[in-house]
Amino acid sequence: MNRKLRVLVAKLGLDAHDRGAKVVARAYRDAGFEVIYTGIYQRPEAVAEAAIQEDVDVVAISSLAGAHLTLIPQLIHLLKDQGADDMLVLAGGVIPEEDISALLAEGVAGVFGPGSDLDEIIRFTREHAAAK
Amino acid sequence: MSHQERKERFAGVSDREVKRAYTPDDVAGLEYARDLGDPGEYPYTRGVHPTMYRGKLWTMRQFAGFGTAEETNARFKYLLAQGQTGLSTAFDMPTLLGYDSDHAYANGEVGKLGVAIDSLRDFEILFDGIPLDQVSTSMTINPPASIMLCMYLAVADQQGVGWDKVSGTIQNDILKDYIAQKTYIYPPEPSLRLITDIISFTAKHVPKWNTISISGYHIREAGATAAQELAFTLADGMQYVQAAIAAGMDVDEFAPRLSFFFDVHNDFFEEIAKFRAARRIWARVMREKFGAKNPRSWMLRTHAQTAGVSLTAQQRENNIIRVAMQALAAVLGGTQSLHTNSYDEALALPTEDAVRIALRTQQVIAEETGVASVVDPLAGSYYVEHLTNRLEEEALAYFDRIEAQGGVVKAIEKNFFQREIADSAYRFQRRMMNGDYRVVGVNAYADGAEAKKEAQILRIDPAVQRRQIERTQQVRATRDQAKAASALAELRRASQTSENLMPYILACVKAYCTEGEICNVWRDLWGEYREESVY
Repeated sequence: MNRKLRVLVAKLGLDAHDRGAKVVARAYRDAGFEVIYTGIYQRPEAVAEAAIQEDVDVVAISSLAGAHLTLIPQLIHLLKDQGADDMLVLAGGVIPEEDISALLAEGVAGVFGPGSDLDEIIRFTREHAAAK
Repeated sequence: MSHQERKERFAGVSDREVKRAYTPDDVAGLEYARDLGDPGEYPYTRGVHPTMYRGKLWTMRQFAGFGTAEETNARFKYLLAQGQTGLSTAFDMPTLLGYDSDHAYANGEVGKLGVAIDSLRDFEILFDGIPLDQVSTSMTINPPASIMLCMYLAVADQQGVGWDKVSGTIQNDILKDYIAQKTYIYPPEPSLRLITDIISFTAKHVPKWNTISISGYHIREAGATAAQELAFTLADGMQYVQAAIAAGMDVDEFAPRLSFFFDVHNDFFEEIAKFRAARRIWARVMREKFGAKNPRSWMLRTHAQTAGVSLTAQQRENNIIRVAMQALAAVLGGTQSLHTNSYDEALALPTEDAVRIALRTQQVIAEETGVASVVDPLAGSYYVEHLTNRLEEEALAYFDRIEAQGGVVKAIEKNFFQREIADSAYRFQRRMMNGDYRVVGVNAYADGAEAKKEAQILRIDPAVQRRQIERTQQVRATRDQAKAASALAELRRASQTSENLMPYILACVKAYCTEGEICNVWRDLWGEYREESVY
């Protein structure tokens, strides 16, 4: 691999729970990724724009407030509309089991629920970003 | 003979090393009258009341709110029918952040994490059939706290209940929002002004209302250790006392109505010691630093909630046991009220069945275990007294570091708390990953099949958002427009003076101005706070 993988860790909408997003951002950083963290209260439009401007390989979205089925598909459509459909999109947080298939159908590559292993998130990201 | 132990180092959630056993040497210098005192006596280490739960059990107060006001009103009535003794309202994210349900930013979030409130109409439904002179109500909301309190007072007026009869709490703690909870709207200066306006108004007109709930809960849940939770929360408390004194109030006029809210986590003895240390520190600070004369100003009264962050999505029934032990620690720590989490909350909002078990957990502790028959039974334990001293020392050391940075607001601007908390959160996650901290069902005794078991969870019907938007738009269309416009104009005018804003907010609420309209007056005048994120 010639360059470091670039990952955008994002919080969408009005969901202020940022503990998980920060822990994951730091785990990516410690694992040698280049990390951009959007901070909380981001609109899908702003996250798509940041992802494209920063030319990231991975967009990792943290959701704990129940709006995942509304906001994550919006973001994916925005990325596709702007020709950025090669980015690996991941989701994590409090996402009920029965919503996972809907997110995967929308184009999310992996969903990581509470108690996920950080090393497993890193391994999954490396493997799937390389395949893109 | 060898004394082989299971591991090299023993440490709990906060990663403080624990010795094999504690002896009188570990509490050398402890003086009963000076450092503990009898229950109900300064410095209240043993509890704020001489009889504690022999006189009156703690208030069993389950946090509830979802969907529209109708759904939450039904959950409130269910909880009261099950023997709950106080109400506690959870609002949805748009309400917490001052957006009406039809704002573009609210899409997908209406009624999800709590009840959607836009106007007085919603509050009339929320408390329909609940006499406000017979329950106390807590409301977890911060920047719009003044608006929710005014809605509550307006409902009391409609019910013919005098303001001297209503009791409850608004969270109203903006400092911990900048530090951890992040439901801020405005910058610190105008936010503190709203808080001092509420404190001074309620001291005169709503004497049984707790004006602020100085909260460690969110600080802890964001990743802080027990000592950080204790230190940052009490530092916030001192900042509010300073702000109210600076606004011209006498300390004994408002301090008796300050209340606290702590997390209660897994490390049983550390949590008990934390409550005891909190009372001792606060009593000394109020008496010695702020010169309070009224003993009620010295007493730290607190709500407690079991640690949401300790719940696991895996083997979720295990959460019932975690919650029971955390709740027992809160009771042994001498809390005044308690929320017990439901076992399914790592997955979604709790179902009615899960909430009932959580409430029954408190009732079992109260009725069956015998712990409510005796006050502060762990006093004199070498370990608990040592831990109480240690937590106090660690908190005092943090006070010095905060002071050296110019106080709480300056330390927030420098990201001091945010960095400390993020570091602790990451350290804890790493300890879990390397097995140093073991969580049953997650990194110990895990069982893949169990994790995938279908869970019965509470889901919010997408129709909730549509129904709520319809109601709010109808309220806006049918109210007395001239009255609403003039109330908002008056609020805008007064907000640019130093007048107390509460009467103006109440006039807006009674004219059916929406929460979003009121918050926008201030957004326009004061701007919005933005943080630099550190991780």
